[in-house]
Amino acid sequence: MYLPDRNRAPTTSQFAVRVAVLGGVALAMFSIIFLRLWYLQVLSGDRYLEEAQNNQIREIKVPAPRGEILDRYGKVLVDNRTALALQIQTQDLPVDRDQRKRVLKRVADLAGMSLEDVRKEIREQTKELPASPVTLKRDVAYPLVYYLQEHQTELPGVSVERVFVRHYPQGTLGAHIFGYVSEVTADQLEEPRYQDLSPGDQVGQTGLEYEYDHLLRGRDGATRVQVDALGRPRGAQLSSEEAVPGDSLRTTLDSQIQASGEAALAQFGGLPGAFVAMDVQDGEILGLGSYPTFDPSIFTRPSLSPALYKRLSSEQTGAPLADRAIQGLYPTGSTFKPITAVAALESGLITPDTPVTDTGSITVDTIEFKNAGGQAFGTITLPTALQVSSDVYFYKLGLEADSEKSEPIQTWASNLGIGSATGIDLPAEVDGLVPTPEWRNQLYDQGETDRPWSAGDSVNLAVGQGDLQTNPLQMAVAYAAIANGGDLVRPHLAQRVEDASGRVVQEFNPAPRGHVDIDPEYQGAILSGMHAGAMEPGGTSYPVFGGFPVDIAGKTGTAERGLFEEDQSWYIALAPYPDPKVVVAVTIEQGGFGADAAAPAASQILATYFEHPNAPGHAAPEAPAETGAGAYD
Amino acid sequence: MATARVPTRPTARATPRPRPFPSTRPSAAERTGLAYLDPLLAFAAIGLIVFSIVTLAVTTKGDVAGNPYFFVIRQSIYAVIGIALMLAIARVDYSRFRELRVGLYTAMISTILLVLVVGSATRGTRRWIEFPFFTFQPSELGKVLLVAALAGFAIDRLRRTSERQRTARLLLLGLAPAALIFLQPDLGTGFVYGVITMAVLYIAGVHWTHFAAVGAAVVAAITLVLVIAPAVGLPVLKGYQQERLTSFLNPSEDPRDSSYQINQALIAVGSGGKTGRGDEATQAQSGFLPERHTDFIFAVVGERFGFVGAAFLLSLYALLIWRALRILTISKNLYGSMIAAGIASMLMFQVFVNVGMAVGIMPITGIPLPLMSYGGSSVLVTFLALGLLQSIYVQAQLTSKSRAATAL
Repeated sequence: MYLPDRNRAPTTSQFAVRVAVLGGVALAMFSIIFLRLWYLQVLSGDRYLEEAQNNQIREIKVPAPRGEILDRYGKVLVDNRTALALQIQTQDLPVDRDQRKRVLKRVADLAGMSLEDVRKEIREQTKELPASPVTLKRDVAYPLVYYLQEHQTELPGVSVERVFVRHYPQGTLGAHIFGYVSEVTADQLEEPRYQDLSPGDQVGQTGLEYEYDHLLRGRDGATRVQVDALGRPRGAQLSSEEAVPGDSLRTTLDSQIQASGEAALAQFGGLPGAFVAMDVQDGEILGLGSYPTFDPSIFTRPSLSPALYKRLSSEQTGAPLADRAIQGLYPTGSTFKPITAVAALESGLITPDTPVTDTGSITVDTIEFKNAGGQAFGTITLPTALQVSSDVYFYKLGLEADSEKSEPIQTWASNLGIGSATGIDLPAEVDGLVPTPEWRNQLYDQGETDRPWSAGDSVNLAVGQGDLQTNPLQMAVAYAAIANGGDLVRPHLAQRVEDASGRVVQEFNPAPRGHVDIDPEYQGAILSGMHAGAMEPGGTSYPVFGGFPVDIAGKTGTAERGLFEEDQSWYIALAPYPDPKVVVAVTIEQGGFGADAAAPAASQILATYFEHPNAPGHAAPEAPAETGAGAYD
Repeated sequence: MATARVPTRPTARATPRPRPFPSTRPSAAERTGLAYLDPLLAFAAIGLIVFSIVTLAVTTKGDVAGNPYFFVIRQSIYAVIGIALMLAIARVDYSRFRELRVGLYTAMISTILLVLVVGSATRGTRRWIEFPFFTFQPSELGKVLLVAALAGFAIDRLRRTSERQRTARLLLLGLAPAALIFLQPDLGTGFVYGVITMAVLYIAGVHWTHFAAVGAAVVAAITLVLVIAPAVGLPVLKGYQQERLTSFLNPSEDPRDSSYQINQALIAVGSGGKTGRGDEATQAQSGFLPERHTDFIFAVVGERFGFVGAAFLLSLYALLIWRALRILTISKNLYGSMIAAGIASMLMFQVFVNVGMAVGIMPITGIPLPLMSYGGSSVLVTFLALGLLQSIYVQAQLTSKSRAATAL
């Protein structure tokens, strides 16, 4: 009912009720707001105050430089340099699409990149690390830094940060050993190993950088500053925590031996290969390399293009990223013979003086096994068999061993560390395989191979052919065990860790993995056979080592790689003879006879070892030279 | 129905015979009309505008480079002009506006239409008309014009046709400008027009059942706009509007989007605590709080002056609205009551929605806080509305005086 319009205050009861209701609504509204204010300000005030303070205190990370990696004499192999990195913090970019595009376009122009490239970098880097700033370019020039500081407000989310970047003063030297460093990925952050890290932190991804990451990493510092909503600092720095640089890693590497080994590998027209030089007593690695190699500084770029990564890991290019010294899996050819010899001697199949007649070939199960050169060496004993590398001699040992229940060759190969990872302080080492009847028969039962184990397999294994799969490092460890009387050393690259002030934090003297007793008489026979092989006429590597100033013991190897490929060249040397300090193992894929490729490479490495005035493990370069070639001619 | 009354000076018709006491000469206060103003209403209004200027003074120092008092000076000028406007209107008998209802209504509709055509766009909406020293927002002035015109039409309609038709026509008259403002688009102000229309109808005595029907229609419309239309692919609201209207339900989800504003406002208000953070008010000072001198000025007050300051501010509003409701009841005629109801509801709605937004219980809409938010249109129009209230008060005072005089 509409109210009558009287020329005086309407005072009907309906009007009064309506006004009262209006007043009630007002009262309710004010009550709601008062209660809400009470709740927000009086009851929750402290919590919001904290949030308000967090709003404006920003922690700026002060990156800690990573520790250096040094060789055994303190020569710097890996250190850091500071770089000015142009970064985009994607969450600070304008939300509006057009504005965002404008900012990115401007950044692209400043960085000398195309807008597409900038977008691509953002896409690729945020895929892996969504919360981290995207680094567009490392090593920007100072004028750009000043420009950005002046135009900070127009380019939200764009900044130049001082970052540490790995630097390799020796170029590609030791590329496979050091590995590389990059930002911790989202997946890695879930691992307990990285629990203390936050997105954006740098961690070692491979090699020593990975293995000793926790020591090299250091602890980032932080500066807490008051900032406004745009992230601009205002007011004083509130507190700061200094960055603690990472500890330095002193390795066992001898950079001259390393360089010599890498140069030796590189001289075979691009054939892939690997080498190891190791102290036979304590397993210190003096040099370890793989060819082809790569430039480790490519990983300091903001991102690695898929094309480049493919080139570094594809078969066609020889997979430069692969470390063949610890990841290669090959048969070893005749370099396996000393292992067969240890097995045959220790299991009583022969003595060092047992005469065996080499007629040039033997026939096992209708298959004829011949000496490599087709020669017949007549009736010979073990040292001569090693010197001339008689296959028939070892075929016969293999055949005899095949009938032994204890599988002496396999047992001793395994005892000497063949077919299992050596435990070197590098990630991604592989095991390999010592073929056994059980292994092949099981595969045969599962239908995965065409035939069961036969005596021929033992014959092949005795000379390091067939299904055997091992790598230079495992062979070096086995040879070291023969040379040092049976200690299965644990090869290692880390010697000690020093903090920034040079104080030794930790030393590495890993105990041997195990010990096998090798009769000194047998050891002497094997070493003298190998010595004759290198230093005496008729020896397989005499053409290479005949004039070498230091007596060594060495064994060639020529491993078959199948019908369509050249044989793989092997050489393993123990030096000096008769009291070896160092073992050098070299293999060149498709390098042909052991004496053709691997032996010359080994001789170069050994030459460096003995020329080196401070070379570990031998007193003076003259001393072995005096006992020289003549003594054992 | 009497036509508008000219304010009568009680002494003008006094007999020639001398009176011993009181003096027949009107005092200065009486001559300027100040004597008959509602002092509490004036106190609340001036208190609020002073509060606004103080808040702007401590908050916006660094906003305009080289001119720390940019906002303070402008708001002070608006305040002076506004108070003068209020006093001027108070001296006029509001009942005259009844006759001008068609003109007022036409002026309102045409300026709102004009803004759609020539208005300058800010952040994608057209709400303003640019003048050399001033940007004028017709939808603000339109609020008061609508109150005066619609109340006039309501009186008119009282004598004609059926109740249902009257209600329908008044609704149409009130909601047409609201619809135009939705188009600008300016949801908040559009809702203010709706609230004014409802308040005028309510005091006009529209039947409860009509309100129930309108209420049902509103619920249906909201459902249609927010739920059904987007679902069938015909969005009525722009994306940001929908987001702003709904994000207050879930303020913490994503600190970067439109709920960012709500979160920052909540942090500002909450961090103020009991007595405020004073110069430590970093939410406002460091730019975390958006639109801090306009839409979110309450959050600034909450942070800087705490519960004490916010409660004091709300008390001023409570005083203002209490006086408005009081004036509604003492009005000499229904027209005045309807105007008072429209203005009281407008103020209530704006205060509740704006403050509610800052404390996180209402969606974000660009509704200014009357007399507090910086802005010429809003300040002047609010004073204009208060001038109308004062006019109603003055007329009621004069009427009762003349009645008393007649009785003598």
